Amino acid sequence: MLLLTCPWCGPRDETEFHYGGQAHVAYPATPADLPDQEWAEYLFYRDNAKGAFAERWVHSTGCRRWFNAVRDTVTYDVLAVYKPTDPRPDAAMAGTSPETSS
Amino acid sequence: MGGNGMSAQTDPRHLPEHPDWLWRNPDPKPSYDAIVIGGGGHGIATAYYLAKNHGMTNVAVLEKGWLAGGNMARNTTIIRSNYLWDESAGIYEFALKLWEQLPAELDYDFLFSQRGVLNLAHTLQDVRESTRRVNANRLNGVDAEWLDTDEVAKICPILNVSPDIRYPVLGATFQPRAGIAKHDHVAWAFARAADRLGVDFIQNCEVTGFLKDGARVVGVETSRGPISAGVVGMAAAGHSSVLAERAGFRLPIQSHPLQALVSELYEPVHPTVVMSNHVHVYVSQAHKGELVMGAGVDSYNGYGQRGSFHVIEHQMAAAVELFPIFARAHVLRTWGGIVDVSPDASPIIGQTPVENLYVNCGWGTGGFKATPSAGWTMAHTMATGQPHPLNAPFALERFATGALIDEHGAAAVAH
Repeated sequence: MLLLTCPWCGPRDETEFHYGGQAHVAYPATPADLPDQEWAEYLFYRDNAKGAFAERWVHSTGCRRWFNAVRDTVTYDVLAVYKPTDPRPDAAMAGTSPETSS
Repeated sequence: MGGNGMSAQTDPRHLPEHPDWLWRNPDPKPSYDAIVIGGGGHGIATAYYLAKNHGMTNVAVLEKGWLAGGNMARNTTIIRSNYLWDESAGIYEFALKLWEQLPAELDYDFLFSQRGVLNLAHTLQDVRESTRRVNANRLNGVDAEWLDTDEVAKICPILNVSPDIRYPVLGATFQPRAGIAKHDHVAWAFARAADRLGVDFIQNCEVTGFLKDGARVVGVETSRGPISAGVVGMAAAGHSSVLAERAGFRLPIQSHPLQALVSELYEPVHPTVVMSNHVHVYVSQAHKGELVMGAGVDSYNGYGQRGSFHVIEHQMAAAVELFPIFARAHVLRTWGGIVDVSPDASPIIGQTPVENLYVNCGWGTGGFKATPSAGWTMAHTMATGQPHPLNAPFALERFATGALIDEHGAAAVAH
């Protein structure tokens, strides 16, 4: 089971959370102008990284707030957690973080 | 399968000879008419049908590990075709018809056992969806019956049909022609037949890149050197996105861990296959005696071939609720594979944005049952450059046109 650190509540078991897929997927700026293929990419295409991956979690049985994590999809190590308003941490995306846990 | 004719009393210093290999283990040639990336069930079946149906025998299957060591070795071996939508019924029922003839065609008894599959209904909504699916199946020529609780109990007496449990069994759909097969032997049967037709199975050969001439693929870079090819097909399941990235395009799939488990060996107690979408477990008993169980994917993306233990706990809790006699059974082993889940829980089989490069992926949690038809239609697509009528609806373009084949939930089991 993953141990995830909610930025507001601290470390909790994975069973308290729900997964939200890739983080930092912005709603299209001009949706009315999008061709079908670009709509398809917004709706259905997500990165499927083997390695560091920025993803969303919600602390469903805790504070019920969303946050982002960078997690290695091979080792499952959580490299960073951060609030949705924070930028994606470059160091963690490069696979290096002192906060590495398993 | 070669015997050695030696008894157990043979002098242990003289080990019996190794049984005959079922396929050669050749080094790669510099060039092939067709290359299939991925030596799992789908890749092997694709090569077999390229040779058998299309006369293409200068074919290689490139496998980064050993043959059939990925999801083909990890699935729960269930075969059925009771899917809701016409497109799905078409490709899965075609597979089931092939399953029925393959033991004879391949001259290999891989223990295909048509013991039937029960899909349980536990709520009024389940009952409505199930009866709808039975009618849809019948219209598509798929055998399907709706059974009430008493009839379910007759088919599977160890099932707890008490009205007092949290999710009582209100009935079930039953597909009598469904069943199980020995997954490893299925792969070996296809591989032996394809090898005899001239297909090269090249193991320990990872595809690291693609050779292109403009927008057209003309070969692959591998850990054993470059190999040129007329056409290339990808059948890499959980690693399809990684390969697609190397080829320069994206796929709308997410790779998740999918776990399963087996118990110790027990005498035969479970005569059929039971699946429950609602409490979420599926259970059968292998010929050797293990109870084989599976459920849904772990929620997060993962390439680790392992998942979280609470997922195993959840499926065991569901199994014990439905089968009280399993409470004292011991888990022997749990494991995970990496499954490629598509947005509509239906596969993607067809052309890619790269010319002469084809893809077969997105089978998610249900690819084993489709091994024969995935191979058949992928071979057709690679050999002719055009999709077979059965896989035409499963093209990558459907995500832009909106013609999704939404089998989430509709397929009789959640994904």
